Amino acid sequence: MALYSEKVMDHFRNPRNVGVIEDADGVGEVGNAKCGDIMKMYLKIDDDIITDVKFETFGCGSAIASSSMATELIKGKPVSEARQLTNKAVAEALDGLPDYKMHCSVLAQEAIESALKDYESKKDQK
Amino acid sequence: MIYADNAATTRMSDAAVKTLTSLLSDTYGNPSSLYEFGQKAKEVLEQARRDVADAIGAQPNEIIFTSGGSEADNQAILSAAKMGEGRGKKHIISTAFEHHAVLHTLNKLKKEGFEITLLDVHENGLVTARQVEEAIREDTCLVTIMYANNEIGTIQPIREIGEVCRKHNVTFHTDAVQAVGHIRVNVVDDNIDMLSASGHKFHGPKGVGFLYVKKGIRIFNLIEGGAQEKGRRAGTENVPGIASMATALKESVGNLDGYKAKLLPIRDRIIKGISEIPHSALNGDAVSRVPSNINFCFEGIEGESLLLLLDDKGIAASSGSACTSGSLDPSHVLLAIGRVHDVAHGSLRLSIGEDITEEDADYIVKSVKEVVEYLRGFSPVWRDLVNGKKDFIL
Repeated sequence: MALYSEKVMDHFRNPRNVGVIEDADGVGEVGNAKCGDIMKMYLKIDDDIITDVKFETFGCGSAIASSSMATELIKGKPVSEARQLTNKAVAEALDGLPDYKMHCSVLAQEAIESALKDYESKKDQK
Repeated sequence: MIYADNAATTRMSDAAVKTLTSLLSDTYGNPSSLYEFGQKAKEVLEQARRDVADAIGAQPNEIIFTSGGSEADNQAILSAAKMGEGRGKKHIISTAFEHHAVLHTLNKLKKEGFEITLLDVHENGLVTARQVEEAIREDTCLVTIMYANNEIGTIQPIREIGEVCRKHNVTFHTDAVQAVGHIRVNVVDDNIDMLSASGHKFHGPKGVGFLYVKKGIRIFNLIEGGAQEKGRRAGTENVPGIASMATALKESVGNLDGYKAKLLPIRDRIIKGISEIPHSALNGDAVSRVPSNINFCFEGIEGESLLLLLDDKGIAASSGSACTSGSLDPSHVLLAIGRVHDVAHGSLRLSIGEDITEEDADYIVKSVKEVVEYLRGFSPVWRDLVNGKKDFIL
């Protein structure tokens, strides 16, 4: 029995949407290096649709896999739908996480929330 | 596959396996029984005791067989504390980077009213005899300091510390789990009163270890029951395990010079190679260090992901990252030598064994370089460091 599911290992080994969006419409960063996890999400949004999303993560295997899965779950989706993303959905899509790693999925949810918040505040300024 | 986690556990030697398996089927008698079956087992047990004693310069009656290093640590510390308490001495000196078998036992004693002084181990992971001497008080009943650290491999000046303890008439215990079978240990020359060791760290079986207790030092049993081990450790002896451990220890101690000659250059080759990674640092003194240990911190990455990717490349290693322990805090050892949390999360311990080759060493270096670079490639922490938003620590 391995520590992580096949899905987690797949997203950890081949993370989707890794990188940076220079002209992102929303950027969110959560966590801190002291605790060993930092996630940064970049969103490109056109007509309230998330057309592109990229992430950078400093963290363990499940943190990287959670970031990757979260980006997959919101890519191409309306902002309203992305806002509904829960950590549970991220964990379920990964075929589960060990109990003590659930906070990684929480961090992924929070990173997206933070990026969406940044997008909203930028939109308000326009 | 390269197994580089020998500080966690070792592969049993062929001779140790042979001793174990043959005894399991042939010498199953209870050593406490008076008939031939039992007495045969008793002979095997006592031969093992002589072999273990010989390996560390002790007398056979000074060896108590236990279930491993943790039990030996608990028994030694709790016994010394009980003796101390009886004489109104409730102060214990140790270090901040001991194994949890020691630290948690000391915490328990603290709750019972003992005062614990944890000495600083400095940036190089070494405590000095002078520090110990300065910390000794009228009411000090025990000094317990590990021989070699399990994470960073630093070897403490045990002989000098033992000398100081003798001078002040304080009992001295050392957790030598990472030292016995790896470097020369002699309880007489090293002025040791009590010493803990564990079989599976030197190619013996798991679940068996021993406690050396110098003649004249009182010891209390943790487990009530029969009169085994002269009433100091109840329970039918694990004869095959004990004999197998003795076989492994005899072998390891007989080959200490060869072990050192083989491992030191390879260890240093790996250290040199990994040091080329920018913003990395060796943890622990480079010289006063067991031949098997390599421990690094890398800025901007986290240890668990490093381990998983090394595993994919066929290298088994370990890390002091919080994520590998299931707690939020990284290794207390790395914190004790002054590494801040951010950096301590990105640590890697390689503990090599005698089967390693130079090609393996070069492959390890190459793999670690690749994986660190890859993980830094999408680390927001690394980006901030490179862009000058944060200052490099290493």
